Amino acid sequence: MADASFLFGQFLGGLTTAMFLFLIASGLSLVFGVMRVLNFAHGSFYMIGAYLAWQVVQWLAPILHGFWLAALAAALGVALLGGLIERLLLRHIYGREEIYQLLLTYALVLILGDAAKALWGTHQLSVSRPPMLAGGIEAFGAILPAYNLFIMLIGAAIAVAGWLVLTRSPSGRMVRAAALDREMLGALGANVGALYTGMFVVSSFLAGLSGALVTPIQSIVPGMDVEIIVEAFIVVVIGGLGSFWGTFWGSVIYGQVLSFGILILPGFSLFSVFALMAVILIVRPWGLFGRPLR
Amino acid sequence: MTSPAAAAARRVPWTLVVFLVAFTIPWFGSRYETFLATQIAISALFAVSLNLLLGTTGLVSFGHVAYFGIGSYVCGILMKTYGLPFAIALPAAAFGASLGALVFGFFCVRLTRIYFAMLTLAFSQIVWAICFKWNDVTGGDQGLPDVPYPDLGWMSSVPLLDELRVSDHFYLLTLVLVMLSLAAMQRIIASPFGRMLTTIRENPERAASIGLDVRGYELAAFVVAGGFAGIAGALFGIFNRGVFADYVYWPKSAEVMIMTILGGIDHFWGPVVGAATLVLLNQEITSYTEYWPLVLGAILLVLLFAFPGGIAGGLAAGFAWLRRKRAERAGA
Repeated sequence: MADASFLFGQFLGGLTTAMFLFLIASGLSLVFGVMRVLNFAHGSFYMIGAYLAWQVVQWLAPILHGFWLAALAAALGVALLGGLIERLLLRHIYGREEIYQLLLTYALVLILGDAAKALWGTHQLSVSRPPMLAGGIEAFGAILPAYNLFIMLIGAAIAVAGWLVLTRSPSGRMVRAAALDREMLGALGANVGALYTGMFVVSSFLAGLSGALVTPIQSIVPGMDVEIIVEAFIVVVIGGLGSFWGTFWGSVIYGQVLSFGILILPGFSLFSVFALMAVILIVRPWGLFGRPLR
Repeated sequence: MTSPAAAAARRVPWTLVVFLVAFTIPWFGSRYETFLATQIAISALFAVSLNLLLGTTGLVSFGHVAYFGIGSYVCGILMKTYGLPFAIALPAAAFGASLGALVFGFFCVRLTRIYFAMLTLAFSQIVWAICFKWNDVTGGDQGLPDVPYPDLGWMSSVPLLDELRVSDHFYLLTLVLVMLSLAAMQRIIASPFGRMLTTIRENPERAASIGLDVRGYELAAFVVAGGFAGIAGALFGIFNRGVFADYVYWPKSAEVMIMTILGGIDHFWGPVVGAATLVLLNQEITSYTEYWPLVLGAILLVLLFAFPGGIAGGLAAGFAWLRRKRAERAGA
């Protein structure tokens, strides 16, 4: 029978998944909220982040265990890539129908996925856990690896930071204004083009960072991009496309449904999250915290 | 203004000519060419069924693969597990897929635009999760290998057909079924019902304001498109000698969407052209390099920026330009 400490462990596992997904989904949500572009390539950015982190760790290996440096470098590298893609490609399709945006970002999925295969091969790669986070912490009879705790803290930190920037800073105000009325913001003299590039760079940075941070707990394989993007979509859709807090709560709900769904329907936990998404879309198409599109 | 030759060329029933030529492939082509032709025919049916939503009704379904998958699983399970004949399994596949489309579509058509696309994706992922995990029925991640060919023994006793292989017989069956399905869809689009769908695509608000049951029509289109996708799926499972969860995974939805748009969504035959182009390109390119997705992605980028109307749209524009040139020259 499931006792309290087991359930608590399950809860912590769900929370780790949740905070991790929030890291990925927050960038996706930001871009959709402001630019109205659903970026299929977000998962590819995440994958490239993972591969880049592995690469930098290999380069640094003779000198030191450079996991933190590698994570930062990977995130910055992906941010640069994202900025280039926005300037060269995405920029030209903002006004066009959704289907062209879906297809353009899907073309990027294909290209980046194959480029990763060409550069890094098809076998599994892995990165060892940074030494300072190798242990675990016991809480209420459940053991929580220190690295998972770190992921939770990062997720929470990003949530708070994102909320502060969006609500308290001038650039956050611009972002919210752009989400509401792009033309008006442009007419008021704001540089909307630069704002969009900036948004996309931040979003790519977050994707790259989460890709790098996943490497100690998951092996790096081709195909991790298409797997994660659907999960991130679910989180964003549950929470409400473009709502920052919605994405946070969407992640939490997703993590818990996945974690406890296994207990109720063994083997069908994936089914339970897709079903959850379908139900929420049917009842509230704009998600739990979203607003209807105009 | 048009020359008698051009007028005569227009009177040729090109569709029929293409099908007749396709029919002779097993006799004049190699085994490999017949294999390609089968794949093209099935992909074409799948792509045209998607275009019933995309081009005709203006619904961006990102989960069309669900109905393709239901069709292949229903047909595969009935034929392999229960040993039922193809003549029962195929209609059952079409029926199962339409039923799935009716249930999912009921919810999907209440949403619009990006939400519609996301919900169709969600439902296709539900179907995928079921196929991937329900080991007892679908074989789970192992899939259902060794789905038998339909019993086409009678073809061996028909003169001319008797020297052909089993795979050739299946190709002929596929071709006839695809031909009939395409003809049916063309009739549907040309019917008053099809014109209503076009009206909805052009302006859903206005269609609703003149008293059209927009959701009802969209749902009907969804069910019809799902049924034909199910037929394509059933044929595909037999063609590949097995049914696997990969058929239902979302990138496959993207693939058929690329075929449809590559060919051109504004023309009935566009998706057929797109399917043929993509299948042939795939074969050609994979013989040089393993990086087919990279090439496909690049094609897609060129398509999006240079030929938004697809191949059919590009050809139509090209012909219009030629005609204009000729008219100018005739005038001068």
